[in-house]
Amino acid sequence: MFDYGHFQFESKQDLFDKAIKFWNPDKTKFWQSVGVDLVIDRREGYFLYDMSGRRLIDLHLNGGTYNFGHRHPELVETLKGALDYFDMGNHWFPSVARSALSEALIRVSPGMAYAVFGAGGAEAVDIALKSARYATKRRKIVSIIKGYHGHGGLSVATGDERFSKIFLSDQPADFIQVPFNDIGAMEQALSGNDIAALIMETIPATYGFPMPNPGYLQACRDLCTRYGAMYIADEVQTGLMRTGEMWGWQAYGIQPDIMVTAKGLTGGIYPISAALLNEKAGGWLHEDGAAHISTSGGAELGCVVAHKVIEMLQRPQVRANVLTVAEFMRDGMAEMIARHGDVFTGVRQKGVILGLEFGNSGENAVAVSRALYENGVWAIFSSLDKRVLQWKPGALLTADLCQEILDRFDAAMPRARELVHAAKKGN
Amino acid sequence: MVDRSEPLLKMPDVALEQARMMLDRARWAAARMQKLDRTAVLRICEAVAKAGHARAQDFAEMAVRETGMGVVAHKVQKNQACSQGILDLYRNEDFISPRIQADRKIVELPRPAGVIFALVPVTNPVATVYFKAMLALMTRNAIILSPHPQAKGVCAEAARVMAEAAKAAGAPDGSIQVIDAPTIPLIEALMGDERIDLIVATGGPAVVKAAYRSGNPAIGVGPGNAPVVVDDSADLKAAAKRIVASKSFDNSILCTNESTVLAFASIADRLLEAMKAEGAHLCTSDQVAKLRALLFTDTGFNTAMIGKDAEVIARAAGFSAPGAKILVTPVDMVQPEEKLVREKLAPVLAFARVPGIDQAISAARSMMRKAGQGHSAVIHSRNEGHILAFAAGVPALRVAVNVGASLGASGFETHLGPSMTIGTGFAGGSSLGENLTPQHLLHFTRIAYNKDSGEAFGNFAGLDPLNLPKRVAAPMSLAVNNSEADLRAELRKIILEELKSVLAA
Ligand SMILES: Cc1ncc(COP(=O)(O)O)c(C=O)c1O
Repeated sequence: MFDYGHFQFESKQDLFDKAIKFWNPDKTKFWQSVGVDLVIDRREGYFLYDMSGRRLIDLHLNGGTYNFGHRHPELVETLKGALDYFDMGNHWFPSVARSALSEALIRVSPGMAYAVFGAGGAEAVDIALKSARYATKRRKIVSIIKGYHGHGGLSVATGDERFSKIFLSDQPADFIQVPFNDIGAMEQALSGNDIAALIMETIPATYGFPMPNPGYLQACRDLCTRYGAMYIADEVQTGLMRTGEMWGWQAYGIQPDIMVTAKGLTGGIYPISAALLNEKAGGWLHEDGAAHISTSGGAELGCVVAHKVIEMLQRPQVRANVLTVAEFMRDGMAEMIARHGDVFTGVRQKGVILGLEFGNSGENAVAVSRALYENGVWAIFSSLDKRVLQWKPGALLTADLCQEILDRFDAAMPRARELVHAAKKGN
Repeated sequence: MVDRSEPLLKMPDVALEQARMMLDRARWAAARMQKLDRTAVLRICEAVAKAGHARAQDFAEMAVRETGMGVVAHKVQKNQACSQGILDLYRNEDFISPRIQADRKIVELPRPAGVIFALVPVTNPVATVYFKAMLALMTRNAIILSPHPQAKGVCAEAARVMAEAAKAAGAPDGSIQVIDAPTIPLIEALMGDERIDLIVATGGPAVVKAAYRSGNPAIGVGPGNAPVVVDDSADLKAAAKRIVASKSFDNSILCTNESTVLAFASIADRLLEAMKAEGAHLCTSDQVAKLRALLFTDTGFNTAMIGKDAEVIARAAGFSAPGAKILVTPVDMVQPEEKLVREKLAPVLAFARVPGIDQAISAARSMMRKAGQGHSAVIHSRNEGHILAFAAGVPALRVAVNVGASLGASGFETHLGPSMTIGTGFAGGSSLGENLTPQHLLHFTRIAYNKDSGEAFGNFAGLDPLNLPKRVAAPMSLAVNNSEADLRAELRKIILEELKSVLAA
């Protein structure tokens, strides 16, 4: 019996049954089909606990949402403190919390002038796209094939058609997609001088973190400038120090016109997102500030927590920890490749953003994810490239836990090998 | 705007949270330090010692300015001794490689403590920062220095200089860190944190007790109160010279400094004359009373007088002693109720006459009953019988002979091991009974063979755990890999790995 006070479940199976009945039958069944029967119950630090009580180390972090770990005590204390005074607030009025967070964000984001808040990443992406359309008076948006920017009305059209066609929400005339790391294709897309914006994940997460070729992002930026398009950096997964810099675009030395942050901005304890706009992109805020409205966008409770996150990210200890974890993973994974090179074939890395490659084709990362799951580590494969395991160590991971992760990885590889080979045989 | 003393929102204590992050950073550093070999460690220690030595003068001046205690020239000396001096002394000692004891069929692998949390006293701020950082690095430990709030400026600066030098020489990030804004609640909260492996507490009894209460392993040391016996066999001129020099050294701020001279009556006057010739001011009974009143308040020693010049103290007491290096206060009784025979971190020296060695011993015991247990004592003598009887009779764990107490008992002018942390043993409330040296920051994993002579001891010569041939696990069975291309790739990999391991060995 799982008694949560005002709701109860007889068993984990009871939960699965009800999730299938009332919530999402396909998603619930999918995970069972790939051997991951996870229902996250308790959570603390970088640990997740399944309803069965089994502990998992979280290297998925929900895309960086739990960059600081689950329920980071400092953030929990901050939110509790805020709750004694604030609620979501009233989005119509100026507010101390929203102003303070805007200022804090702008101060750490060179080139940006205004912060516009949403409740989730997709909403902030929509704000970014709308702002670019306002500023350029153009309609078309360019994005990367296999890029991912969420599922809002506009953002979904920038992404894989799997997510838009089903809802008849693909808009091929206005949303053009080009291959990643292909400068020629990018120039061709932009050269018609009719593009409002290029939106780019600094490192495409859902695609498995392929690294931009040297000079690629800068070339894209320059092409935008040349052809009058705005460059939007989607920093939902690459921001907040995960590359070793506050924003991923800083790590690559480029200057966007607009950037988007969400997920980890409140460490996963209160939803908030923001589009940061340069002066030009923020033009509409002078003409009609109520042109974009969101009741829970920029809720004051979230603002207080996000303000704390931005303060924490600027501590020298945090950056030092990110760099150290990155180095540990670099060396550790090199060792793992030396030991398990028959299945584990390559690593892509920038800071604590890693994609682990398991072969050149197929869906090996699904099997590896399962093997790790059985060995107490939760890391998710890349939805849009299932050879690649997303490997997202938290910014505050400790030395002991990193070693444990590596030991568990090592222990899981024989099982991964078994699953990979079994899948091959099955084909 | 309405001015409120409390903010409207109750938010986390940033100083504490940030300090906790320092602990994690130190844990990383400790883990990475343990992978460094001896050459790398020596290179780091050399760079750090050099950087510290180069700033010895600056930091001595800054320390005197910030704390109002001590003597610049003497602090320079200590700062040099605790940087380059420590390195030179231990450079040839190996705290890193395995130690093979063939006769006992044992191999010892040094295991650093990990993260050391080091409390730094206001009296010897920079020297202690240098000393503890050097010891930590030599033994591959990470260290967080927590200075006394009244010396935080100079300590932070000194620690930063060392940290930068360490990093530039290849030490892992965070090997040396310092708490910039220490407060008592912050330090108390940190000391109990399980991320700390060892606390090394040098400071007042309150902070030492807190360290032991923390639940973490700790080395704390108690206060000193050193008796100084001068017997009838002593070289009086030499003794006088050493006593005055030691008592005036950094204005008596080292906890090993002389508290009370116990002079054999037969030589007392001659000793006093010789001390006067060295710059001691012999106080009149009126001046003694004034000093007693000045130095001892209801709550203990008058901290405003710690480490002040003798002339300054005399003036504060209401008399003048121009040019005096130390003030000598004759006392009739050597018992704790005579406050002047208690510990005095100031150039004021009590002076009592004793008929012979037995009374010297009982007087020493009496004065140490209140404070100084397990700490230091000194004897100026050429009579081994006296020396042995005194050493066996006083509750001190170090008895320095024919040397000043300040630098003698602290090991700079003896072979006790130069130290800014003087273990006062069980009687003195400490787990450590000797001067803190690098070996105290290590434990060992001991490989121990069967004693039976039928079981031969292995040959470990030249083997180093940091540099063993790479262990590459054999790839799993390739049976299911049915394509020929795959098989070829696998074979190539195996051959490569074999080659790599052969080359690495
Ligand atoms: C790069 C990127 N952008 C945008 C989003 C959308 O964020 P949300 O799910 O909060 O709408 C995501 C979510 O995974 C993302 O990874």
